[in-house]
Amino acid sequence: MSAVDAHLPQLWAMIIAFAALLYVMLDGFDLGVGILFGTTDDEDFRRTMMNAVAPVWDGNETWLIFVGANLYGGFPIVYSILLPAFYLPVTVLLVALILRGVAFEFRYKTQRFRWVWDWGFFLGSLAAAFVQGAAVGAIVDGIPVADGRFAGTPFGWVSAFALACGVGLVMGYMLIGAAWLVLKTEGPLRDWAYNRILPLGAGLLLFLVVAFGYALTEDLRVMHRWLERPWLLTFPLIGGVATLGLLAGLRRRADWVPFTAIACIFLAAFGTMAGSFWPYMIPFSVTIDEAASPLASLSFLFWGAGVVVMPIVLAYTVAVYWVFRGKVSDDAAYH
Amino acid sequence: MELDPLVLSRIQFAFTISFHIIFPAFTIGLAAWLATLEALALATGHAVYRTLFAFWLKVFAVAFGMGVVSGIVMAFQFGTNWSELSHRMGPIQGPLLGYEVYTAFLLEGTFLGVVLFGRARVAPWAYLASCCMLALGTTLSAFWIMANNTWMQVPVGWELNEGRYAPSDWRDILFSWVAWIRFFHMLLGAYLTTAFCIAATGAWYMLRRVYRIEAHVMLTMGLGLAAVLAPAQIVFGHLNGESIAEYQPSKFTAVEGRWQTEQPARLILLAWPDPANERNHWEIALPWLGSFVDTGSFTSEEPGIVTVPKDQRPPFLIPFYSFRIMVGLGLLMLALSWAGMWLRRRGWDRAPRIFLWITFLSFPSGFVAVLTGWFTAEVGRQPWVVFGLLRTADAVTPTLTTGEALTSLVAFVAVYTLIFSAGTFYIYRLLHGGPAAEPPTPGRGATAFRPLSASGPAPSADGRRRTTGAAE
Repeated sequence: MSAVDAHLPQLWAMIIAFAALLYVMLDGFDLGVGILFGTTDDEDFRRTMMNAVAPVWDGNETWLIFVGANLYGGFPIVYSILLPAFYLPVTVLLVALILRGVAFEFRYKTQRFRWVWDWGFFLGSLAAAFVQGAAVGAIVDGIPVADGRFAGTPFGWVSAFALACGVGLVMGYMLIGAAWLVLKTEGPLRDWAYNRILPLGAGLLLFLVVAFGYALTEDLRVMHRWLERPWLLTFPLIGGVATLGLLAGLRRRADWVPFTAIACIFLAAFGTMAGSFWPYMIPFSVTIDEAASPLASLSFLFWGAGVVVMPIVLAYTVAVYWVFRGKVSDDAAYH
Repeated sequence: MELDPLVLSRIQFAFTISFHIIFPAFTIGLAAWLATLEALALATGHAVYRTLFAFWLKVFAVAFGMGVVSGIVMAFQFGTNWSELSHRMGPIQGPLLGYEVYTAFLLEGTFLGVVLFGRARVAPWAYLASCCMLALGTTLSAFWIMANNTWMQVPVGWELNEGRYAPSDWRDILFSWVAWIRFFHMLLGAYLTTAFCIAATGAWYMLRRVYRIEAHVMLTMGLGLAAVLAPAQIVFGHLNGESIAEYQPSKFTAVEGRWQTEQPARLILLAWPDPANERNHWEIALPWLGSFVDTGSFTSEEPGIVTVPKDQRPPFLIPFYSFRIMVGLGLLMLALSWAGMWLRRRGWDRAPRIFLWITFLSFPSGFVAVLTGWFTAEVGRQPWVVFGLLRTADAVTPTLTTGEALTSLVAFVAVYTLIFSAGTFYIYRLLHGGPAAEPPTPGRGATAFRPLSASGPAPSADGRRRTTGAAE
């Protein structure tokens, strides 16, 4: 067994974590734009908002399937526990993603029923963000597991903390969505987006501090982890520095700063959470090693998909973002 | 039949997968058709290819969007409704799905943006390359799905490891000849589906006497491709049948409709079964041919359904009849495409209207053939979800409640009905309007409407195109 083989489960868990972080940043901004879309009825704003995410939303959303499929292949136990545990929220998520996904095409195919797809785009984005946040909250709260299988009830995931996390993620996605609009648009829409960053950012920060405090006080195991691993404090520190950077960027109106800073805040929040639970994939019942597929499955994924395909994927993802760099202009739309 | 979580989950899976497969069946071929058109436009400079590209790209965008959103459901449904399947088979099926994401979904999702919105932002070669990446992505997606599904039909390369199935040799799984035959069978099915949609659109325009030049190209390319692929499809279909005869006797005997072992065996064309007495109430059969199609000999012995234990037999009617519909449509597509190639020699303008009508009305033939082919494969595999290893009844999520399953089923039926009706209507309107039609959305700036290139009302470079669509 080579050195790599011995650490394949941890390595693969890190790749999944990386993909999940990429997902919340990337689909986060286009879901956020979808939610902001519902808060204005200015058709020019709405059209530009849609154009700002239209070329990339599909690729962004694929990272969610990436996480799902890699859990299925690398950690089937986690996959087969989490999805039954969140049966109803997952149903809501899928219906929401369907409604918002078709809106990109459908709203330009009709005048009379455009409102249907506009509502679908807004509510779909909102519901998708909310259930994702609620699910993360419920995982932090703990999921009943017996014999490697989910052992709870259909509404077992509901708790005040989970619902609060849903609201928190909606705010987070709106925030990064507004930052994306600042980055990609000009004129009145950019100003409109700038004005939303401060209140949303304040709300998110408040939520993060309260949620972190709650997790520390409610669950002593989390507290111990932080006392044992003080280096974990790097993550909140990154968040703090990024917040200061965000404030400075807002003052100077440097369009690239808010998105970068908020992406760093996302990284900080994500790292704080992952660090609190590592090596548990479902706290505190299933660890990475317990859930991992046999070596034959993981090394098949690692050497082919991880070593060969993944760098190619990252390269063309960056290339396509580069192709669509700069402010969106209406003439680039194909409709 | 009681509405328990198992039955509801089966209905939901059948519904969502059937709905989903319609779109890949269409867009796998469309992506290749778009790449071909773009290459032809670059190579020849003829405006008609650019016009057709811009036109079919709009159709592609709608169909692909519906394929993407309905596909996401599939990736999570294995866990929500079939957690025992994913729990036990995840180490094998999960990596196969993972590779589909790595090599196909990410490629498609990323390059779709370039193809839809990037024409003005990249060099022509890079645009063509993006079209090719999109087509490659859809093809790879088909490969991984067929590898995955074939493993459920003919599981190979596995070993039992503490109650869970683990891969023993990935080469056995990936290079199983059944998987490759079924991959090409699916790919050809998708290409035929698209070819007939394109030919039908051409025939439609000929009947309406609009877009004559585009209609000629669509008829020639659509039927020409089908004329080559339909015979190849029959060969691959036959090879697939041989693999079923070898590995899945329960499915094979049900598809053949043969209860008792016969020597020589008849070929049963139509029948109505009487399962209680293990015979058919009535049947239309041809002597000897049952032996011939299976082994090439007129005298071989062929097994009947009775050779399969009762608790391992699939339902009879669905595999039996859906197989016959698929084969019938395959033969129809073969006949139509060859008749078309013969008529083309005199020129499409002189093609009889009855031929154009039949071609026009044949647009659903590929979709129905793909669907019935899948019905045969999937229902014929029952009562197993992984043939011989795991029963469907044992694969369902143990904690799933009837309320949950019913809620999700109703939700999916409602939202799919909504988007399918709307999407089909929008595609119909795009096709009806034709290449020169303006999008039906006033209120946006003229520049916003400017399609990718030559599909506007501006006369094309070769000056032959009739742009009457918008005036009709």
